[in-house]
Amino acid sequence: MASMHELSLCQGIVELIEEHARSDPFTQVTRVCLEVGALACVEPDALRFGFDLSARGTLVEGARLEIVEVAAVAWCFGCNQTVTLKQRGDHCPCCASSRLRVTGGEELRIKELEVI
Amino acid sequence: MGSVTAGAEAHLDCGSGPAGVEVAGLSQRRLIEIETDVLSRNNRIADSVRQQLEAKGVLSLNLVSSPGSGKTTLLVETIRRLGPDGLAVIEGDQQTANDAQRIRETGVPALQVNTGKGCHLDASMIERAFPRVMPAELGLLFIENVGNLVCPSGFDLGEDAKVVILSLTEGEDKPLKYPHMFAAASLMLLSKMDLAPHVDVDIEACEAYARQINPDIEIIRLSARSGEGMDRWLQWIAQRREMLRQRALEAARQRLEKLEQGEAPGLKVL
Repeated sequence: MASMHELSLCQGIVELIEEHARSDPFTQVTRVCLEVGALACVEPDALRFGFDLSARGTLVEGARLEIVEVAAVAWCFGCNQTVTLKQRGDHCPCCASSRLRVTGGEELRIKELEVI
Repeated sequence: MGSVTAGAEAHLDCGSGPAGVEVAGLSQRRLIEIETDVLSRNNRIADSVRQQLEAKGVLSLNLVSSPGSGKTTLLVETIRRLGPDGLAVIEGDQQTANDAQRIRETGVPALQVNTGKGCHLDASMIERAFPRVMPAELGLLFIENVGNLVCPSGFDLGEDAKVVILSLTEGEDKPLKYPHMFAAASLMLLSKMDLAPHVDVDIEACEAYARQINPDIEIIRLSARSGEGMDRWLQWIAQRREMLRQRALEAARQRLEKLEQGEAPGLKVL
């Protein structure tokens, strides 16, 4: 069973957009560009499902959700460089060390909106 | 855009955008860079909760695990050993108040938060809940999250630390299967150790997996039933409480210093 915290994240996205619309008025959102880190613990499919559901009856209804995936990067203490990981718990792809500190790929950000 | 010169055809079409309309105060289709963290609202509330708890020197621990790991049993035994003074509990479950009732029987105030269809607690729930069960100064607040190893990991509740409880019967590879929770936790309690002789679980491998996900994670093996490891767990709590007390003291000292040096606005000392 898929976890559904994506639904509450999507409700959060719609609330943030509505909040933004109060200071910078627009009537409809046509596209939402979301940056999703590979380690953000969200499932893009669940996000799309939750997004359409949360957007209903709001100025975000009908907007296209564009998901930009951001790679997971970590500093490797084994080979002293930044490396790219596929998932949490991976060893360094260069030196196989497990002494890694994640430095990016946890983000979940609304990057930009296309609005009318 | 250049200025209009004499004789040139001056024309400004405000309705030529994709929407084909012009509404006063509203522009055509446009891009807005908002660069906003989706969890920013939750994180703001969590920060405010954390500040209020820290100002009173109250340590808050967010207990997370899968359903049925024995969180409530462990909590009841922990409370029994600590004694009820200065303690409070917030219980998160989708439905029922059974867990809060079990806690209340120990003599500690407990508030049940039912999340309904929600799969985790969020900071706004804690913001509403904690003033009703706020422990006394230098007290201890346990937040027992909804049993779920996925969803609660991203939601800061304003806690001092997340403590993940993994019972031995769940298998050694849980940290690899649910890495986000183990990455977010400061401490892993490997519970139900009294069952070790009866289950086929590689405890060393389990701990290695947890450290592979989170090199900084501390690990304590314990059993609420046999009492094994409970002293170390209580010691860990005591250390966290002392660290928080020192921080609260330092903040109070700085505040006092400011008050001593400060001059009230508009007040002249004669």
